[in-house]
Amino acid sequence: MKTIDERLLRELAPQVLGAVVRRYGDFGAAEDAVQEALTAAALQWPEGGVPENPRAWLIQVAARKLTDQIRSESARRRRETKIVLETAPEENVVPPPDQAPVEQDDALVLLFMCCHPALTRPTAIALTLRAVGGLTTGEIANAFLVPESTMAQRISRAKQSIKSSAVGFVLPPPDERNESIGAVLHVLYLIFNEGYATSSGKNHQRVDLSSEAIRLARAAHELLPDNGEVSGLLALMILTDARRPARSGPNGEIVPLDEQDRSLWDQKAIAEGVQLVSDALSRGAVGSYLLQAAIAALHDEATRPEDTDWPQIVALYGVLMRLSDNPMVALNHAVAVAMAHGLDKGLALLERLDRDPRIKDHYRLAAVRAHLLERSGKITSALVFYEQAAAKTASIPERNYLFLKIARLQAN
Amino acid sequence: MKFMLMMHTPAGTGEYQINQWKPEEFRAHIQFMKDLNQDLREAGELVGAEGLAPPGQARLVQVRGDGSPEVTDGPFAESKEFLAGYWLVDVENAERAYAIAGKASTAPGPGGKPLGIKIEVRQVMGAPPDTL
Repeated sequence: MKTIDERLLRELAPQVLGAVVRRYGDFGAAEDAVQEALTAAALQWPEGGVPENPRAWLIQVAARKLTDQIRSESARRRRETKIVLETAPEENVVPPPDQAPVEQDDALVLLFMCCHPALTRPTAIALTLRAVGGLTTGEIANAFLVPESTMAQRISRAKQSIKSSAVGFVLPPPDERNESIGAVLHVLYLIFNEGYATSSGKNHQRVDLSSEAIRLARAAHELLPDNGEVSGLLALMILTDARRPARSGPNGEIVPLDEQDRSLWDQKAIAEGVQLVSDALSRGAVGSYLLQAAIAALHDEATRPEDTDWPQIVALYGVLMRLSDNPMVALNHAVAVAMAHGLDKGLALLERLDRDPRIKDHYRLAAVRAHLLERSGKITSALVFYEQAAAKTASIPERNYLFLKIARLQAN
Repeated sequence: MKFMLMMHTPAGTGEYQINQWKPEEFRAHIQFMKDLNQDLREAGELVGAEGLAPPGQARLVQVRGDGSPEVTDGPFAESKEFLAGYWLVDVENAERAYAIAGKASTAPGPGGKPLGIKIEVRQVMGAPPDTL
């Protein structure tokens, strides 16, 4: 019962906040009021039961809190006048449940607002999780392992920036929308990564950021069903998350793709992700998230590692490389070439990356080279690069994985 | 990304030289650090910051063969510098961590002149980087 309520509240949070911001204009104050309303609901609903129209209930309570807040402020007369003048009379009442709600647009506007390109990424992430995801400041702070006061400052700064940059509560104009949806998707991608990367961690109390990111991406997809990149990102997350049960061992250690027990992969999720990718591709969409999702789909569809369609993956990475000059993509392309056309060809491509200052000192370049050398049977050279990679990584699970690899090779 | 900014100062007698400064110089230095921390806090970047007691009070703890810890006042590794304090910050990228360290390095000393403190910047080990 309690968990259903929490999910319901998180789903309703952006809709309610959107409606309140649209009506009263002040994002910061509205956000506080909605949080109070959500708290009230969390306290009252388990005992008194969920109201018939929970969304309307929350809007009404938030509006009342907001009004209380405005009354108690010193500038109350000026602000009250402003609100009364700015509010159409019919908006002063909660719409009846049978009236078609406009909450979907509100939630979308809210998402754009929180991911405004003017905000730094950590700030945008925090604000999105709080305003759109409905998480508490404490939960977000916990998820990012920073003190709650630090996260509170970050969020309050974000609200301040939104206020001072005078972002109106409207969708960005079409010519800015591309840049804005890019920011929205990037923020969701980072939230997913944060959860995905640490899903094997020790902290069981951590809010599951990956699920939260998938939920938000799903909402974005519902709002923009024809946007190929939104579909692509959602599919990428679903297809990556489908491998979650197999990607870490009993002690939280990393299990690489070719060693995973594929029977543990979530076939229902894979089917959904593949469907999303093929729908978007058949509409003629091409974008970096969609291409990454297509690659993830090819991995997920292979029952055994040797069934992987590497030539197809090489081709997709080729398109990705033309879309963006990203050395990490070039690195993955080299791996795919090695698997499809021979290890020597892959190793030769790595030499080009040795000259790229953006990646030449990155641990992944060393790790990939070590991996390809190991597969070619050049164990001594492989060890050198595994050790280099272990020394360079800033990730504890990655380092442990590389040390394990070194130990195994030395034992043989 | 989290970074630890470690403030190194020259080893000396085991006491902080700051105790020999004029009161107004001392106050200016402390105020600088307080302001810096306040700025970091308001930016939502501060995870923690502490100054450490002078190295004369440092103790070395090591477990003995029988499993019990032994506390001694040395010997410490011979070094010309020691850790005087640290910041733990959560920032957007390494450049920002360097900028904060650069700012901290300009903390005023005797005569109000920037001390040019050495700040070692180290990334905190954590989750793998943001690649799927």
